[in-house]
Amino acid sequence: MRGGLWRDAVRRLAADRAAMAGLGILALLALAALAGPALLPWREDQIDWAHMAVPPLGVEGHWLGTDRLGRDLLVRTLHGLRVSLAIALSATLVALVIGVGWGALAGYLRGRADALMMRFVDVLYSLPQVFFVIILTVVFGRGPLAILVAIGAFGWLTMARIVRGQALGLRERDFVEAAVVGGAGTARIVVRHIVPNLLGPVIVYATLTVPQVILVESFLSFLGIGIQEPLASLGNLIADGAAEMETAPWMLAVPAGCLVLLVFAFNFLGDGLRDALDPRER
Amino acid sequence: MHDRSGFERAASFLRQRPRRVNALALIARRLLAAIPTLAVVVALSFALTRAAPGGPFDEEQALPPEIRANLEAAYGLDDPVLVQFGRYVAGLLRGDFGPSFKFRDFTVTELIAGGLPVSLAIGSAALALALALGIPMGILAACARAGPADRAIMAFAVAGISVPVFVIAPFFALAFGIWLGWLPVAGWEPGRPGDMVLPVVTLALPVIAYVARLMRGSLLEVLQAPWIRAARARGLPPRLVLLRHALPAALLPVVSYLGPAAAAVLAGSLVVETIFGLPGMGRHLVQGALNRDYTLVMGMVIVYAALMILLNLLADLACAWLDPRIRHARRA
Repeated sequence: MRGGLWRDAVRRLAADRAAMAGLGILALLALAALAGPALLPWREDQIDWAHMAVPPLGVEGHWLGTDRLGRDLLVRTLHGLRVSLAIALSATLVALVIGVGWGALAGYLRGRADALMMRFVDVLYSLPQVFFVIILTVVFGRGPLAILVAIGAFGWLTMARIVRGQALGLRERDFVEAAVVGGAGTARIVVRHIVPNLLGPVIVYATLTVPQVILVESFLSFLGIGIQEPLASLGNLIADGAAEMETAPWMLAVPAGCLVLLVFAFNFLGDGLRDALDPRER
Repeated sequence: MHDRSGFERAASFLRQRPRRVNALALIARRLLAAIPTLAVVVALSFALTRAAPGGPFDEEQALPPEIRANLEAAYGLDDPVLVQFGRYVAGLLRGDFGPSFKFRDFTVTELIAGGLPVSLAIGSAALALALALGIPMGILAACARAGPADRAIMAFAVAGISVPVFVIAPFFALAFGIWLGWLPVAGWEPGRPGDMVLPVVTLALPVIAYVARLMRGSLLEVLQAPWIRAARARGLPPRLVLLRHALPAALLPVVSYLGPAAAAVLAGSLVVETIFGLPGMGRHLVQGALNRDYTLVMGMVIVYAALMILLNLLADLACAWLDPRIRHARRA
């Protein structure tokens, strides 16, 4: 029965051209970010003293040109893509684990525990999140780990709400009652019976969270509070490019184009997944 | 819970006095609800900045311990944390945000007073622009559903949501400021309205996109509602049905979005003020974060939080005014 549901979803997704294009672009970008830097002759912090601030296709070997210090822009962008993707995926994973755990438990327990747990979520929700993310990144010392903690601290809230709503409905179902009768404990019921059944909305929301996280991370790195030189992220590459845009506009165009493509692809895939997994919507 | 029949429940419902939801009570309730949120903001930002490793006096060169001790004593940093917190809160109530650790000649209050008008000016202009363009675009798209206008507007909306402010801002500066030379790239002088154009448009674009999308979706949904079909069935002209019957109801989600929109504009203003060189609060906040100037960061975050709470309140009131179920509650 579940197999049928998933097969239907895959068929609907495959028929969605925008979503498939998003998936294809994502696959290409991920492949390039993983394999690209190893295949190209430059390292991301290697300086080519003979070619500084060369435009794209300006010289042999630097396909997308070099920055002011003579570092290959393609390699740096791919490296930044790798860092941005890694942070976005791990922060989403953190949000996923905390949010699903918290929400499923609250929804399953109901009553006072649920009220208390969701009140906590409400309080965090009412805070101006961007600014607390900034404080947290500064407090944890501005780096990949700080960003992960800061984004993870708030990223799980929406997930917890969605999952709790679903879990409230699921706990009334017969198979949960059967598990209770069979003597399963709370932890086992939540992990084995509740969580697997809320996979659909969780996948959809996770896919839509990734581009959000990418944007927040790039935003912080752009402001200089996130990923620091010499490590590249799409955000600080865009900041570098913005500083040099008058004389070397490609330094801005290349990482900015890459970021926009990435976010577009994730949004298209997420929208497609939502339509495929939850056909009642819209 | 004891079980009651439907009849009993209906009877007790009728016996209740009609619920009065008037605007004043609503304002009072929302203002009261805002106080705990603000308290959490203050306490949490204070706790976080105090827990941070590395203090405001960590410079490239380590300070001699005596000087460091004197500095900390001068700023009261050697007192117990709770005493410091009490002093900070007492100061806040008097409108005193404490000294800035890095801008030694200014207090945080002075920096806020200097930056707030600039940030408010571009922020409110951006929000107004977003509503003024986003709402008509959404209506147009909904009315011309699946037509070329709808497709163009929705493509713009998707682009506006996916392209972040920190990409739009430098491109606008490059295109309109440097290549075309129409508008100043950076700077802020009183009496030069041209300075505001690029920052405001940049800030507004993502919000325009979101408002248009929201407006379109909500109007399409409202147009399916039974009371709209009833209005049409009575033979009302389509324009009247749209403007008088559908629009007020369809505006509700857009108005509720004002709170999140304000948050987006405030976050965007950090980028816009940095790129276009505006002397607003956002630039101070970024500078403060880079310098680990904790009192400055805290003060800015508290002001931003208060602004957002205020906007959420305004959005709630506007919703209450638009929603006939609440507006007419007095007469019911």
